Amino acid sequence: MQDKKKENLRKFIQVIFYSLSALFTFGLYRYFRPTSVNNADVTPEKIYDNRKLYLAKSIDESFEVEKTAAEQLTEYKHIINYNNFYEFSTDKASVAKEAANWKINDWILEIDGLVERPLRLNLIDIYKIELEERIYRFRCVEGWAMVIPWLGFPLAKLIEKTRPLPKAQFVAFESYFNETVMPNAKYAGISFPYIEGLRIDEALNPLTFLATGLYKKNLLNQNGAPIRLVVPWKYGFKSIKSITKIKLVEQQPQTTWSLANPSEYGFYSNVNPNVDHPRWSQKRERLIGQTGLQDTLMFNGYEKQVEKMYNDLDLTKYF
Amino acid sequence: MSTYLSDFNFQKRVLWLNGLIPFLLLVFDLLNKNLGANPAEAFIRTSGVVSIVFLLLTLGVTPMAKFFNQHWLIRHRRWLGLWCFYYSVIHLASYSFFDKAFKFNEIIEDIGKRPFILLGFLGFLFLIPLAVTSSNTMIKKIGTKRWKKLHTLTYWIAPVVVSHYFLIVKSDFFYPQLFALLFSIVLLYRLVIKFKN
Repeated sequence: MQDKKKENLRKFIQVIFYSLSALFTFGLYRYFRPTSVNNADVTPEKIYDNRKLYLAKSIDESFEVEKTAAEQLTEYKHIINYNNFYEFSTDKASVAKEAANWKINDWILEIDGLVERPLRLNLIDIYKIELEERIYRFRCVEGWAMVIPWLGFPLAKLIEKTRPLPKAQFVAFESYFNETVMPNAKYAGISFPYIEGLRIDEALNPLTFLATGLYKKNLLNQNGAPIRLVVPWKYGFKSIKSITKIKLVEQQPQTTWSLANPSEYGFYSNVNPNVDHPRWSQKRERLIGQTGLQDTLMFNGYEKQVEKMYNDLDLTKYF
Repeated sequence: MSTYLSDFNFQKRVLWLNGLIPFLLLVFDLLNKNLGANPAEAFIRTSGVVSIVFLLLTLGVTPMAKFFNQHWLIRHRRWLGLWCFYYSVIHLASYSFFDKAFKFNEIIEDIGKRPFILLGFLGFLFLIPLAVTSSNTMIKKIGTKRWKKLHTLTYWIAPVVVSHYFLIVKSDFFYPQLFALLFSIVLLYRLVIKFKN
């Protein structure tokens, strides 16, 4: 009788220990790998079914691009929950959460430098600009891709208003940066504020776009609110987010990623399946929502629209 | 209390249960679309990191046992090592499936071309003989001395797989650095013990 009691107690203690240890491991795993959030109540992508072409009709028909077999609009929840925004977090799945409390007030976008008429735009000015929709491919240097219906206006439209001087050869961009709002930025391993640049002809190309929204809604913080660049034939990091300054300059400006690692990231960063990143291949990409990989296209499929700008450029040297 | 928990088979089952949990959760998340926008990337990276964690536990168990004077822990080293191997198989298999669609020639090409794939593959290759010779019968077959010599390979796997981790990161090296630090502590402790003897 005594032995049976002891045996039962032993089993009981062991079952408790199984449970506690399992609970601990479960908790530890979930701390580092939380289940992905689904904070998109609506799925606006339904509205867009069966779109064939990538560009709005507002520009020339020669700017239309055929879609590849697997391509359809990337789900809204993925676009807002898978972001590279190193000021907030280097974990793409955490950016939405980390950026959620950032309040965008008193935004000023300055456009100056080598221009006749510098501009200072507040949010009301920005939202007054007539919007159009562009459905663009988006290819990240890490090897993943999305198809995104942006809302915004061509960068050229804004630059032309400032009447650039002939000496202006490049356009430099700068992101918002504030350490108190972005405490994780110190772990990012790159310097802030984030800066980017384009050649003037690239900036004035009709494809180059300033977005203030996507899926017919205002941009969320994680996507670069309130205004961001979209350059669809270049790797995603060129499409600088949350812009506060645009400056027309004479010399080629510095850019964040090429400052951080000049042998891996160049000024041009055109999507090019024939020039690999030194550590990984750029031949193929994972379209978000697909399991396998698809071939990456030269200039991300916008070859017809942009290749003439690079006729005299050795794309292997100027990657 | 300790008499209730000191049963070796019970401890083994606890280890089994806890080793299985990350795998079950990973598969559960995959099937329930809980892995976010890029489930392939999440699956590959998680299985890799879990494998490194088990490698760290395998290498760390002896120093821990000695430091806290809990020698019974050392008897579980074999299964910790095997869990490291299992997760490395899952890691390699998921990369081969998601990134290479099981195209063998493309995997070989990738190994030749990309240092971080080569390092990962080397780490895996080193694990195979250790996993294969992990049983008591194998120890008897090859002799304890030779077996011990063979299993010093474990120490070389750590720098190889940590470098593998470093090479996929773009700029935020926090986790690879953390693993590098933890492995260094474990390996240094072992060196100190070795020279003391």
